[in-house]
Amino acid sequence: MIFDYNVVWEAMPLYLGGLLTTLKLLALSLFFGLLAAVPLGLMRVSKQPLVNLSAWLYTYVIRGTPMLVQLFLIYYGLAQFEAVRASIFWPMLSSATFCACLAFAVNTSAYTAEIIAGSLKATPHGEIEAAKAMGMSRLKMYRRILLPSALRRALPQYSNEVIMMLQTTSLASIVTLIDITGAARTVNAQYYLPFEAYITAGVFYLCLTFILVRLFKMAERRWLGYLAPRKH
Amino acid sequence: MYKLEVQDLHKRYGSHEVLKGVSLAAKAGDVISIIGSSGSGKSTFLRCINLLEQPHAGKILLNNEALKLVAGKDGALKAADPRQLQRMRSRLSMVFQHFNLWSHMTALENVIEAPVHVLGMNKKEALEKAEHYLAKVGVAHRKDAFPGHMSGGEQQRVAIARALAVEPEVMLFDEPTSALDPELVGDVLKVMQALAQEGRTMVVVTHEMGFAREVSNQLIFLHKGLVEETGCPREVLANPQSERLKQFLSGSLK
Repeated sequence: MIFDYNVVWEAMPLYLGGLLTTLKLLALSLFFGLLAAVPLGLMRVSKQPLVNLSAWLYTYVIRGTPMLVQLFLIYYGLAQFEAVRASIFWPMLSSATFCACLAFAVNTSAYTAEIIAGSLKATPHGEIEAAKAMGMSRLKMYRRILLPSALRRALPQYSNEVIMMLQTTSLASIVTLIDITGAARTVNAQYYLPFEAYITAGVFYLCLTFILVRLFKMAERRWLGYLAPRKH
Repeated sequence: MYKLEVQDLHKRYGSHEVLKGVSLAAKAGDVISIIGSSGSGKSTFLRCINLLEQPHAGKILLNNEALKLVAGKDGALKAADPRQLQRMRSRLSMVFQHFNLWSHMTALENVIEAPVHVLGMNKKEALEKAEHYLAKVGVAHRKDAFPGHMSGGEQQRVAIARALAVEPEVMLFDEPTSALDPELVGDVLKVMQALAQEGRTMVVVTHEMGFAREVSNQLIFLHKGLVEETGCPREVLANPQSERLKQFLSGSLK
């Protein structure tokens, strides 16, 4: 078997454009996903049954259905309704980029909310008592003690979620976007060289994963140093 | 005039009554030691004072101001006004058996947290105070260390500095040396003795009979949720009246 480097080389601009699209999708969905996940995570540890239950239902439905089904529902499903097409949201909802970002953000927010809730629940009880005994209000306790500590401890699990999201963005190629996988599909369609096309995409994802892993290692060293064994 | 008064405190878990009417009154500068075997209710009593546990009856007064309490659905009392509770708690600082330092903050950050974010002190002033108190308890050299990187004795001394930094009216100590290695106990007790000599008002739940006798000026012996004996520590420990205190002392004090 001969690997056709020329085809890959010629398609490099296409792949690089795809890389930008992938990064854009990942960054936007992670940003909005995390933004939604913090309040959702807090709701999941609430003692108010209604608050807790609504967040539980959200994460259950989102985690209980495949990402691809959610994406199809948002991109193709909503367009079926005249009311949606007539609404002011249609310019956004007819955009594949918007729909993909929305689906990804919703999806990651549910998984991340559960990570944050788990981390909040694992806060040492004594630290909460100390905060109460010092006269902190509930709001202050969450803002100063519970959230900073829980978000730090959630880092290793969250890094896993981010890497999963990177791989998940490849679904965007199914709704016409030219991300890295979309570029590979295009190359394959033009030259019928599936191995070259997809192995190149794979290498891109591997490199991105490597960078993400390094970034999270640095973040853990910076913010989770207190859990590491003492040096010197 | 008393700094801290606790009147006729009752507390139960389910149908099990752990406190059956315990009172305490501390004047400025008093150091009160509470002793008793495990299960006597001494820690529960201390934790009821700042409402970490909810009592079922009783009164708590700090500087003659009564903490307003209302009964909840389960019959346990809770603060009627959360702001009053927060204010009173910030005047009553507590040192715990297991230190309970905030693990994601350095020693220095632990000490300035309440002054800055509860009392609203400016950060520069809080930092100066924190350094002063850390030096006072002998852990200034560890100010940038995280709790997980310190020994138990160091952690407990940081916890004492944290409690001092809010300049409380009364300090509550909940078995502060029980989780420490024997050779570290002395350091912490020395710090507490120095605080007592400065005239700080302290309520100490302890197993350290030496501390109770030498440092405190009032001793309370709890047994099964009741004050069995109370008085001047030297007299009470030298001449226990009740059978139970005699038994307790023969087991613990040599």
